[in-house]
Amino acid sequence: MRREGSAFQGLGVVTLKELSDHLTSTRMRVLEWLVVLIALAALYGAVQQIKDTTAEDPFLFLRLFTTSRDPLPSFVSFLSFLVPLMAIGLGFDSVNGEHNRRTLSRILAQPIYRDALLFGKFLAGLTTLSISLITLWLLVIGIGLLLIGIPPGAEEIARSFVFLLVTIVYAGVWLALALLFSILFRSAATAALVTLGIWLLITFIWPVLAGAVAQIVVPPDPRYAALGLQTPGTAELEQILSRFSPSTLFAEVVVALLDPTTRALGPIYLSQLQGAVLGAPLPLGESVLIAWPQMVGMIATAIMLFVIGYVVFQRQEVRA
Amino acid sequence: MSEDTVIEAKGLTKTYGQTTAVDHITFSVGRGEIFGLLGPNGAGKTTTILMLLGLTDISGGEISVLGFSPARQPLSVKRRVGYLPDTVGFYDQLSAADNLRYTARLIGFGWNERESRIADALNRVGLSDSADKRVGTFSRGMRQRLGLAEILMKGAQIAILDEPTSGLDPHATAELLGIIRSFKSEGVSVLLSSHLLERVQSVCDRVALFSAGRIALMGSVAELGRQILGGGFVVDIEADGAGLAERLALIPGVSGVEKTGVGKLRLQADRDVRPEAAAEVVAMQGRLKFLGVQEPSLEAIYTRYFESQSGEGLKEGVRHAA
Repeated sequence: MRREGSAFQGLGVVTLKELSDHLTSTRMRVLEWLVVLIALAALYGAVQQIKDTTAEDPFLFLRLFTTSRDPLPSFVSFLSFLVPLMAIGLGFDSVNGEHNRRTLSRILAQPIYRDALLFGKFLAGLTTLSISLITLWLLVIGIGLLLIGIPPGAEEIARSFVFLLVTIVYAGVWLALALLFSILFRSAATAALVTLGIWLLITFIWPVLAGAVAQIVVPPDPRYAALGLQTPGTAELEQILSRFSPSTLFAEVVVALLDPTTRALGPIYLSQLQGAVLGAPLPLGESVLIAWPQMVGMIATAIMLFVIGYVVFQRQEVRA
Repeated sequence: MSEDTVIEAKGLTKTYGQTTAVDHITFSVGRGEIFGLLGPNGAGKTTTILMLLGLTDISGGEISVLGFSPARQPLSVKRRVGYLPDTVGFYDQLSAADNLRYTARLIGFGWNERESRIADALNRVGLSDSADKRVGTFSRGMRQRLGLAEILMKGAQIAILDEPTSGLDPHATAELLGIIRSFKSEGVSVLLSSHLLERVQSVCDRVALFSAGRIALMGSVAELGRQILGGGFVVDIEADGAGLAERLALIPGVSGVEKTGVGKLRLQADRDVRPEAAAEVVAMQGRLKFLGVQEPSLEAIYTRYFESQSGEGLKEGVRHAA
């Protein structure tokens, strides 16, 4: 049975309304200040560290993102921590909020499909996150220019730009997760807690758990252990398991993009390194190629989470 | 579907798993008619409304709204039908006008049309002064009126109102019913659901009494009164004059006269005999202090009907409505 008209009718209207809600909300302002202040702190630490240890580094500018100085973590680790928080903060009450305000049935009684409402909410959330992240990116580059006084090269700009895009995709994954739980749970508080719980589980507990599970499934070989090495089978399984977490994927992409000398993500045999000039930077295309599966993985996760939410939302009863 | 029928439902059914929320109901609503869906909470009124709007799937039967099928052509239906949900909600942080602007943009009105329609609609429901106030500060009655303003702005041909008067004080209820009556005068059909029988009785042309997912009774209040309460009009009269009771009893159509107090009489008749009764009093040179006909009360019809049904479940339903 074919439905009449376009599923996207009213999409623009919904997106603009949600976007203006996000941008004027107190919640967003708090999140933005949090991000800016923390970014500045990390940046300051990085600049101090770079100034102290200036060596000849062709990619000095990229060091801004990855260098840390105790006790502050690097800008990138801050970001991988804050981006999910922002995305969850924007998305956790998007659908159940409409239920609880009792606006859902009134809005859906207008000539639009549910598709437009859900797409609009996702797009608006993603646009808001993109605006914040782009602003942050420009801030970092500007402050970096002022503080280090060395203009970034084209390759550095290109790499950090791809990094920006990947960060937006990463934000999209968490936004889709938050949106899914806002559909599944009628109470915004439950949705927020469950989403945050899953974030904690995936980001902090899963990497540890992956190691433990891998050791149970493929017990380490004592011969490798005697040499102080990881058993290849165990290491491989651990990596496969830990890659189920979008946080791991993001971390791997960041390493590949922001450290041009990265040649592989994961354990490699010495034989595979034969003929390689260690420490020589790879061109951008090669780095992207290394991290390509991880990027696709993140995009796929975001789409999958959104689709699950979409299907559930289509079948949900409108009445409160 | 005839020219004057705007909503037609045939054998409409909705099941949730094992339970049947709406069980083969058939009804139609005419153009410019105010049709009431009445019944206790949980009798299937809201579910019926959601099916009319295409907001929930239909398990069986057919509906046609203005000639469109809500399941297949939901956009055409929703463009022409206004809906005021049970306890309507608005975006509290936005002003009344901004809330309507959002809806107007979803409907697809252009800028000029939008502004004039919003101003007109707010004016008609008496919210012009509050147009730029945040809805968060609105009382419940104001929110309901804003909901009606949305329907007016939409220029809907059918207004579907779910429990529009529940939780309102008598003054707000009267205002709201006044606006609902004005819909009728513009040829807009109104379908309203309620469990408050008295309030609704005064505005509805026809009603359908719901009970456990079925329509138990349907028709105008007067018709139902005749059908269920045994028919007849009850005329109360207060006048003085000796032998008035005997003379009134002779009026054709009067089947009984009963003394209800000093100078107070109650006539049972098969038609409205007020003009004749007044003429009699005047002819006797008596003083007429009061003359009134008792409308059959929906409450009485409802109670009587369910009393006559023996099912325990139905009685249960009546108690909920009380």
